[in-house]
Amino acid sequence: MTSIAKPPVRHPSSRTNGLGFVLRDYEGAMSTLCAGCGHDSVTAALVQTAWELDLEPHRVAKMSGIGCSSKTTAYFMKQSHGFNSVHGRMPSVTSGAAAANRDLTYIGISGDGDSLSIGLGQMSHAIRRGVNMLYVLENNGVYGLTKGQFSAAADIGSTSKKGEANQQPPIDPVLLALTLGVSFVARSFSGDKKQLVPILKAGISHKGFALVDVISPCVSFNDHEGSTKSYKFTREHEVESVHTDFVALRREITIPETQEDVSVVQMHDGTSVRLRATAPDYDPTDRESAYAHVRACQARGEIATGLLFIDESKRDMHDFMNTIPTPLVDVPFEKLSPGKAALEKLMDRYR
Amino acid sequence: MSGINDFAFKMGTVNGTGSASANSLLMQAIFRMGIPVTGKNVFPSNIQGLPTWYEIRVSKDGYTARPSAVDMVVALNPSTYAKDVATVRPGGYLLYDSTWPLDPDLVREGITILGIPFGGMCVEAFQKDRDRTLLRNIAYVGALAALLDIDMDIVGQMLTEKYGKKPQLLDANHKAIKLGYDYAKANYTCPLPFRLEKMDATGDSILMDGNTACALGALYAGATVGAWYPITPATALMEAFKSFCEKYRVDKDTGLNNYAILQAEDELAAAGITIGAGWAGARAFTNTSGPGISLMQEFIGLAYYTEIPSVFFDVQRCGPATGMPTRTQQADLMSLAYASHGDTKHIVLFPANPKECFEMSVESFDIAERFQTPVFVASDLDIGMNDWMVKRLEWDDSYRPDRGKVLDAAALEKIQKFSRYLDVDGDGIAARTLPGVGGKGAYFVRGSGHDKHAAYTEDSDAYQEVVDRLTRKFAHAATQMPKPAIHRQDGAEVGLVTVGGCDAAVREAADLLHAQGIPVDVMRIRAFPFGVEVSDFLAQHERTFVIEQNRDGQLRSMIGIELGVARDSLIPILDYGGMPLTAKVVVDAVTAHFAGVTV
Repeated sequence: MTSIAKPPVRHPSSRTNGLGFVLRDYEGAMSTLCAGCGHDSVTAALVQTAWELDLEPHRVAKMSGIGCSSKTTAYFMKQSHGFNSVHGRMPSVTSGAAAANRDLTYIGISGDGDSLSIGLGQMSHAIRRGVNMLYVLENNGVYGLTKGQFSAAADIGSTSKKGEANQQPPIDPVLLALTLGVSFVARSFSGDKKQLVPILKAGISHKGFALVDVISPCVSFNDHEGSTKSYKFTREHEVESVHTDFVALRREITIPETQEDVSVVQMHDGTSVRLRATAPDYDPTDRESAYAHVRACQARGEIATGLLFIDESKRDMHDFMNTIPTPLVDVPFEKLSPGKAALEKLMDRYR
Repeated sequence: MSGINDFAFKMGTVNGTGSASANSLLMQAIFRMGIPVTGKNVFPSNIQGLPTWYEIRVSKDGYTARPSAVDMVVALNPSTYAKDVATVRPGGYLLYDSTWPLDPDLVREGITILGIPFGGMCVEAFQKDRDRTLLRNIAYVGALAALLDIDMDIVGQMLTEKYGKKPQLLDANHKAIKLGYDYAKANYTCPLPFRLEKMDATGDSILMDGNTACALGALYAGATVGAWYPITPATALMEAFKSFCEKYRVDKDTGLNNYAILQAEDELAAAGITIGAGWAGARAFTNTSGPGISLMQEFIGLAYYTEIPSVFFDVQRCGPATGMPTRTQQADLMSLAYASHGDTKHIVLFPANPKECFEMSVESFDIAERFQTPVFVASDLDIGMNDWMVKRLEWDDSYRPDRGKVLDAAALEKIQKFSRYLDVDGDGIAARTLPGVGGKGAYFVRGSGHDKHAAYTEDSDAYQEVVDRLTRKFAHAATQMPKPAIHRQDGAEVGLVTVGGCDAAVREAADLLHAQGIPVDVMRIRAFPFGVEVSDFLAQHERTFVIEQNRDGQLRSMIGIELGVARDSLIPILDYGGMPLTAKVVVDAVTAHFAGVTV
């Protein structure tokens, strides 16, 4: 996950998770991204998330498209199955995989170019479809692999490294997702692991499509004075809307239940998310107010972060399709093919 | 040459007026009289209002190609009267709606014009406007029953099957049929010189379209994921799959589906879903037509290079671009065989009729998994959307899917290290694992340069090792494809090579040529890559014609490219106007060629 190779020796004092794995077991290949890239911090958060959730690595499918962000899948959970597909089309590949095998944990990693330009349609329809997946959008407002063109997430007036100012309005993935009926949407900052980890955990545990937009600065092409996706700008303008804690099933609950202003969302799998509103009257279960809040922050030049909206009552893709709980890949052939007698009977209908 | 159980007729109607059910009633009634029959729907690319035709060919000898001449036209659409009158063969008949007088300019010497006031009779007999329009079509079924001697008991029985539960509709249909029947009997000499007589030649046959047959094949092969985007003429394939799944694939205990059909936002996504599901281990497919194949190119290349089993049904229509969506062609051959950028080659299967659609559909899933690659089933509009008389479909309950080389957890235990693209057996096929299997089997699928271990590489040798193996795998596939269908005639020095739905017309043409003293051997290619049988056949014939339905002779080019046969040594017969091929086109081209040679 980092650009520095670490010795393979496990420190005797390393903590193990419920499966007996240490944190390092959830790491992947060495990152080839630029030193200081926000994406590597997201990777670190994903490693911690998977470790803390006791995810069985081989039951996780890491999905991505093309771009700097999409390289992330190689940098965590090396024992997981990974799929680096084509630019902007990770959502459809994941939809197919999830249709075939609903028992795996799908983690999709994308970027603002991958999701908001070439893949805008696919992301939108994966949201509509309610694919049960965590969708991490590493958002840096710029095309890094092709050296610095504006992405569709670049704010008006935000400048490129060469000083050129962006003219076109940005697409905000959070607002878009809310409009499309997403059941889980959050925004965070790669530099804020404390906030990002519980959000990622909640996103993975959520049954349905969970979008996490992570502002993840590009140190090479978009971390300068005129950028609104730089470390400096994000740190100065981040406004936490909701403070999020994720409570796993078997872990001790460390925050007292009685704490004021805490709302607990019981999740489908029995875990819970604890949300403490930091913005006055913020209700993360109300789509309309979530939308209004994000818009209001935007108007003030602020970046609303936290778990912005959650609805655990919504149905996911398999609910829509009324699919059996057994993964389709595990259904025996005998149950799938109607057999000779049925065909003979059917043939009479074509006489 | 027209006579008992050997003639053709066609109906010219207005799209959306209920003529489709009238026409299928006619064809099915003839079929149930035991007489071989074919129906071709010539329909416009719109919802309603435009001219549409339905051609029915009756052939006691069992020929199922589009007829070369039409003995009678039933003209019910004034806007096409001129065309319809011109279509009738000399000595043939025109049946028209005499409620309105026929323009004298349209009267043609040498054909018999029969008028029946279908419109007027229906206005008198029925109250509702809609009934008057729809039943006008049923009335011509009655008239044709009298003129052609269709068994009225069979017609009655079919109406009961169709409308038995709706007495009002049943009565109205009976009434309309009787109107037409009685009028024809009272005013004309019935039956006509060409007419029907019961036979016993359809007992082991069915009438089915290719899209339905492909859907059944996917069902029987155990496909569980279907992804698609609506497109003419492929749409009905997934719709049929859905209705079969609703019948056969709902878990009895829970009422839940053991299948998933995803209507995607576009063809790109449909291909992505298919590939994602194939990677995850499901038998997955998508159905589309030429414009969809164009959009799927990127994913096809990915599936080829990453070696993911997936099945693509391409129901071809006229291209390029949007082309003619409701007309048939075989113009996607090269874009399937070499789909996507870079060095790619794909397995393509070419069914010729619905029975083969069923069989090749099942086979396509086996081949896709055995060779871990996309497989195309290249059907076309004529095969896909028209009803064909074929032998009843059969199923062997001992069939089990060929899942190819898939390492499960137990198999992984036995090996030291799993490398995704390692050619252990020397046949070009590396073993794969499915996501979810133990950590040892996990690997990273990437469309970027990878070595035999699936690791990223930009090393020339490591890259070439993988792409060269893909070539070997393809060569190996050539030995296991469906063999060409070859029919020989004694003393033939001429070879006819064809593909797909041209088969019926080419086989008929072969008989006609033989009768003219030109014996020919016919080879219908059934798969790409071509097996050795294809080159052998070409070598055996001094003169070979390649008959296909596209402008540029794509099959001919592919034979040239793949087998090193000089393209100029193959004589093209190309028919690409969008209509199903007739035997006449082939016979004329071959005889003209010989006439030219001997002059």
